Amino acid sequence: MGFLSYLISGISLGSVYAIIALGYTMVYGIAKMLNFAHGDVIMIGGYAVFTAVSVAGMPPGIGILVAVVVCTALGVVIEKIAYKPLRGTSPLAVLITAIGVSYFLQNAALLIFGSGAKSFTSVVNVPPLKLAGGALTISGETMVTIAACIVIVIGLSCFVKFTKSGKAMLAVSEDRQAAQLMGINVNGTIALTFAIGSALAAIAGVLLCSAYPNLTPYTGSMPGIKAFTAAVFGGIGSIPGAMIGGILLGVIENLSKAYISSQLSDAIVFAVLIVVLLVKPTGILGKKVSEKV
Amino acid sequence: MKKAVSMFLALALMAASLTACGSADGGAGDSSSEGVAGETFFIGGIGPETGNNSQYGLAVRNGAQIAVDEINEAGGINGYKIAYDFQDDEGTAEKAVNAYNALKDWGMQILMGAVTTEPTVAVAAETVEDGMLQITPSGSSLDCVQYDNAFQVCFTDPNQGIESAKYIGDAGLAQKVAVIYNSSDSYSSGIAEAFIAEAENQPFEIVSSEAFTNDTSTDFTVQLQKSREAGADMVFLPIYYQEASLILQQADDMGYDPLFCGGDGMDGILGVDNFDTSLAEGLILLTPFIADAEDELTQNFVSEYQERFDEIPNQFAADAYDAIYIIKAAIEQADVTPDMSTEEIGTALIAAMTEITVDGLTGEGMTWEAGGTVNKTPRAVKIVDGAYQAM
Amino acid sequence: MRKLSKTTYNNLITYGIIILAYILVQILLATGSLSSLMEGLLVPLCTYVILAVSLNLTVGILGELSLGHAGFMCVGAFASAFFSVNMQGVIPSDGLRFFLALVVGAAAAGIFGLLIGIPVLRLRGDYLAIVTLAFGEIIKNVINALYVGRDAAGFHFSMKDTASLNMAEDGQVILKGPQGITGTPGDSTFTVGVILVLITVFIVLNLTHSRAGRAIMAIRDNRIAAESVGINITKYKMMAFSISAALAGVAGVLYAHNLSSLTATSKNFGYNQSIMILVFVVLGGMGNIRGSIIAAVILTLLPELIRGVGDYRMLIYSIVLIVMMIFNWSPKIRAWREAHPLFRRGKRGEEA
Repeated sequence: MGFLSYLISGISLGSVYAIIALGYTMVYGIAKMLNFAHGDVIMIGGYAVFTAVSVAGMPPGIGILVAVVVCTALGVVIEKIAYKPLRGTSPLAVLITAIGVSYFLQNAALLIFGSGAKSFTSVVNVPPLKLAGGALTISGETMVTIAACIVIVIGLSCFVKFTKSGKAMLAVSEDRQAAQLMGINVNGTIALTFAIGSALAAIAGVLLCSAYPNLTPYTGSMPGIKAFTAAVFGGIGSIPGAMIGGILLGVIENLSKAYISSQLSDAIVFAVLIVVLLVKPTGILGKKVSEKV
Repeated sequence: MKKAVSMFLALALMAASLTACGSADGGAGDSSSEGVAGETFFIGGIGPETGNNSQYGLAVRNGAQIAVDEINEAGGINGYKIAYDFQDDEGTAEKAVNAYNALKDWGMQILMGAVTTEPTVAVAAETVEDGMLQITPSGSSLDCVQYDNAFQVCFTDPNQGIESAKYIGDAGLAQKVAVIYNSSDSYSSGIAEAFIAEAENQPFEIVSSEAFTNDTSTDFTVQLQKSREAGADMVFLPIYYQEASLILQQADDMGYDPLFCGGDGMDGILGVDNFDTSLAEGLILLTPFIADAEDELTQNFVSEYQERFDEIPNQFAADAYDAIYIIKAAIEQADVTPDMSTEEIGTALIAAMTEITVDGLTGEGMTWEAGGTVNKTPRAVKIVDGAYQAM
Repeated sequence: MRKLSKTTYNNLITYGIIILAYILVQILLATGSLSSLMEGLLVPLCTYVILAVSLNLTVGILGELSLGHAGFMCVGAFASAFFSVNMQGVIPSDGLRFFLALVVGAAAAGIFGLLIGIPVLRLRGDYLAIVTLAFGEIIKNVINALYVGRDAAGFHFSMKDTASLNMAEDGQVILKGPQGITGTPGDSTFTVGVILVLITVFIVLNLTHSRAGRAIMAIRDNRIAAESVGINITKYKMMAFSISAALAGVAGVLYAHNLSSLTATSKNFGYNQSIMILVFVVLGGMGNIRGSIIAAVILTLLPELIRGVGDYRMLIYSIVLIVMMIFNWSPKIRAWREAHPLFRRGKRGEEA
């Protein structure tokens, strides 16, 4: 029974990593950049819902909508101001700018919302599922997060496969120059990618804060880096891979806390990651890229 | 090369500002009050204003600011006003030393800081060189006061761990105790270690001791599950209130309802914006400061703090407020004047520290050992109906 | 006068800048016109310069993204602090002890670099980056859980707490998990720091312009082509990676002996710090050693010099970082600078 309950708590934690990792992997897959500010966009999403629901008293549904709008707008603005001018140079330059954006968002949130922690009221209204006479509990947040992950994975995969803009994204990710020559609006496509990635961040923010209701300006940074790890774990750029990577990461983290050492769980998670990457150098579902000479 | 040229221009600009900063008034921050060298006491503060620990640093900055303003309004110390400046250390030892040096450039004579443990230890190595009095409101490890010039307002970690264990044992609150602590934080691991050691002498047993780190501080279900499986009827949480609020939430979700007990870092849990206080019902904590205590001193401080900073002060703010009044008492005892050198002031104040008795927000009749630790009695409180109640 | 080659000329400028800066600071110190803040920043500046230059070897010259550089710094710092605390009183001469501490720190970090490099360098690009990040975090996490004490019977180790060290009464706990090592002697001085900076720059520049360096850059530019002309890829990659790690260890020694308390937090040895070092390298220009030095100096000084703006300090810092990145890297602005007379001066050999 112990093992099952650890497994379930691992899956809950992992589902949160998974939903954040989806945004990471989406932006990476198309724009080929590690958006280190993604975790902080999630934090802003959390504050947006908090302000809308707990301060302004709006219903949760509207609150989520507000967060999605705020984050999407923020994502597009960040892309336009900080990332677009650097298109065409080394991807590392964009990575560093993303770090600057991350610092900016954290410190702006610190000045606007203050440093004190806010307790987030869960917007999920699903009762927990009790199994085995209450010994095993799956929280409503976990079920909603996993359901949201699945919906997003299916939705994104369909979007990429069947819509015109989705196909444009695929083309841009495959070969940016060739896509441009084929008449695809590369800048527009990348902006759209950021818009979708940031909207996902808003949803991730809502679910992160519902599951772990503690909101500070630094809420996003640690789950952000974990989710980045999860995205690499699953094979960065692969949408189903991000979900699998996230859930695996959560499960490994909690099982190592339970059975090996709660002090060293970080080290164990990262050690497993290293072993996986050594065996499968592009992650679990990553594509093997053959090099051209 | 162009790049190098443009950067060089920036560097030249900085070199210019650097020499400008070298002059007397350099490094003063926004929170400084005007001061005239020789006629004003320059008190500096150090703590995290940004970064993960910023809520503690900002509370200290604000709490001390209230004390400084009160003293200045009442005519100062022996007729001398106080100038106060607070500098950011981002919670790191390295930046704390920078903050200390910036304050020295500003003219600091007495230091109130730092807030967290590592910065306090690092700065203490500098203050002892300069012979300056250092009073830390909340740096709680023994290393913080390893030099003669450093004094604490808060309890030391081992002391708190021992007192907590004794209190639980004496009051017979529990038979089986589980500990959940932050192993990447010296405050938390310091208390936990002393608590576990002292438990040997107490009528309860430690059935589980589980850690988390700053990087794994969102999900505590495993630690709670292990406590439950070990049959603990009490969970001791020597941690700060943000993590504690998550633990209480997750324990509630699991339907696990032991007695929870915390240290002074737990204070502030009722002040978390929008927190469901029913989760904290029955929580016991040993804290030197209670924001809704009945006495006039506390009530005035809390209402003033709420008015100015729009939140309920936690024990960090109270410790800092007391720290400023402790400095005032020491200055009055030693009868120093601002025109003396920092070292003269320091020597006199350090001698005075063991002679004074201060009644403050965080304790009545506080006295200090030459070693730097404070003597005061911890108060145990229980949360009943969303408010503290003395036990 | 014999005409110097372009690279030699360029390198001499780099050494010249460092030595000039050193002389300038010494003059300011002698006349007492340097503020305490600046005086306190001198050793950290050297530390960050060494870190930036050494990471440039991996990122700029070898062309592999590493996000775990602070981990090597951490190894160097803890190994040397452990050595110094133990040897205090055994080795009477401070200078000799610090020199040995430097050797210990560099060697420990170099060995870690070698050990980590063997599996890691098989990976590429972002996967390599995440694995180096993982190693950095593992090092930090393990040090935070490690307790080491010493008594008459020798050393005791534990991964749990002080009590489980089982030490004799007279024992001394040297490394106390998250409380780290306290009481490291403050041996780091600006002069030593500058000498170490010069040595680091010398090693990296000489390596770059040697046969080995050309092989390393060939691997960066086209791995397959390099392999096909018979360059031993693993050997040269390992060489660059472990030298870079050892130099980061030297920076760690300098860091540890500048502060009296040494703890492994995410701010000083975590991925935050690794990324910060990467910021120096990228802002200064990949492969451009002088750029790394200048970027490290500017970005370390900037947040300290704007302490006067109070609450907005870190916000301004982040904005300046973004603006500098765009100014230095944006293709459009580069084209504009090309056309603008103010930025065209000194348009000699751009190294990057």
